[in-house]
Amino acid sequence: MQTDISRRQFFKKGALAAAALAVSNVPQVRASERETDLQLATLIDVSRCIGCEACVDACKQSNDAKFPRPVKPFPKMVPARVKVEDWSEKKDVRNRLTPYNWLFIQRAVVQTDDGEKEITLPRRCMHCVNPPCVKLCPWGAAIQQINGISRMDPDLCLGGAKCKNVCPWKIPQRQTGAGLYLDILPSLAGNGVMNKCDRCYDRIAEGKNPACIEACPEQVQTIGPRREILKQAHELASSMNGFIYGETENGGTNSIYVSPVPFETLNQAIDKGQGKPSLKKVKDEMSEANTLAAALVIAPFAGLASAIGRYYKTVKKHASGGPS
Amino acid sequence: MNPRTIVIHPGSRRKTIYLITLFVITLTGFAQMPIFKRYYIADIPGLGWLDEFYVTHYLHYLAAAVLLAVVFDGLAGYLLMFRKQYRIMISGRVRGVLLFCLALTGALMVVKNLSGYWLFSQQATIMMDILHIALTVFYLCAALWALVSGKKWIEKF
Repeated sequence: MQTDISRRQFFKKGALAAAALAVSNVPQVRASERETDLQLATLIDVSRCIGCEACVDACKQSNDAKFPRPVKPFPKMVPARVKVEDWSEKKDVRNRLTPYNWLFIQRAVVQTDDGEKEITLPRRCMHCVNPPCVKLCPWGAAIQQINGISRMDPDLCLGGAKCKNVCPWKIPQRQTGAGLYLDILPSLAGNGVMNKCDRCYDRIAEGKNPACIEACPEQVQTIGPRREILKQAHELASSMNGFIYGETENGGTNSIYVSPVPFETLNQAIDKGQGKPSLKKVKDEMSEANTLAAALVIAPFAGLASAIGRYYKTVKKHASGGPS
Repeated sequence: MNPRTIVIHPGSRRKTIYLITLFVITLTGFAQMPIFKRYYIADIPGLGWLDEFYVTHYLHYLAAAVLLAVVFDGLAGYLLMFRKQYRIMISGRVRGVLLFCLALTGALMVVKNLSGYWLFSQQATIMMDILHIALTVFYLCAALWALVSGKKWIEKF
């Protein structure tokens, strides 16, 4: 009987400890030294952007071969609640993210000391240091390269859109009628492929800059090792008495924006919604789960301790002549 | 008195916790795929959380921690106290090996999810995902087979 109470207490305490871990105020995890050395980041100087959309054109042109080529008619979706998402007839849309527009210019009209001013900034995937879209993809179709680029594998993606669901900025965009699902159970599972900026990983592999950076007439963006980019970002922010976005968001990203206007102000002024990401503060979405990983290390030892405790209690009980 | 000769029946409370944990970990494991909303299961009152990927992710980790504790408690308890009175049956060995493989692939996936780890190629990640799901299906089949045919984990000599 004593043994049972002990076990009950153990499980109760174990569950409480695990729950406490889950709900505790976990400190924001920031990019480690190692990641800072290995990952490439971009610095986006918002004060330089004139909103000319040369980067948008360059992105579309450079990535045209990667855009989805859907097969029509689309398979009948079962159940009917699964909506077709077709952007193939709206490829020219450029005021939001779509499967055919991986970068757009976001505009905000704000009041400054010099009066009303339009601020423009290029928006695309933030390329998080620890990207939930990659880590939580149930199929391994999302990839993070060692240089920090996260991208979708169009040959493997089934278009379930979990990556979009877990992305704090809802960046990936789905196109129905393309991808692997057509060859498996097109009506019952999957719904196309997810698409987003891959930061021109193929160009970077060839030693070139991403198309948007190369095409920009104002040199808004700079690319380099994360540590250097962060140093530059802080120097730039100091020089303009400005603000930084992307350094700590979601535990750290590889897109560091520097603006003369606070990002809270910009976030209030921009048009947000489907395909139009916010500029809000974002907590590290993966940190709680990764803290829970510690519980997984402790758990086997807790089990062993419980068994050994029971064993010695039993030995003690029988040594003192208790019932068997 | 040699404790290994003491007649004690392995606890049923541990079995109850084990079964509940197994249910939760299987449910939250399948919830890692975007299927529960599509197939209306998350629409059932009280099951909306099955479509919350972060919630099911945390619960999967928590259930894995409880399951590991229960399994290690049971295994160590068996080795310390019941080894001389009970033998592990084939059904127990099969499920034990499958559980071990599930824990191993799960542990690798936990490491993969940590920040700053690029230990696994895309192919390795896909293999781990498929293997983890396949092992779950095998385990459920083995458990069903054991339930239907009355096979137990351990049996008295």
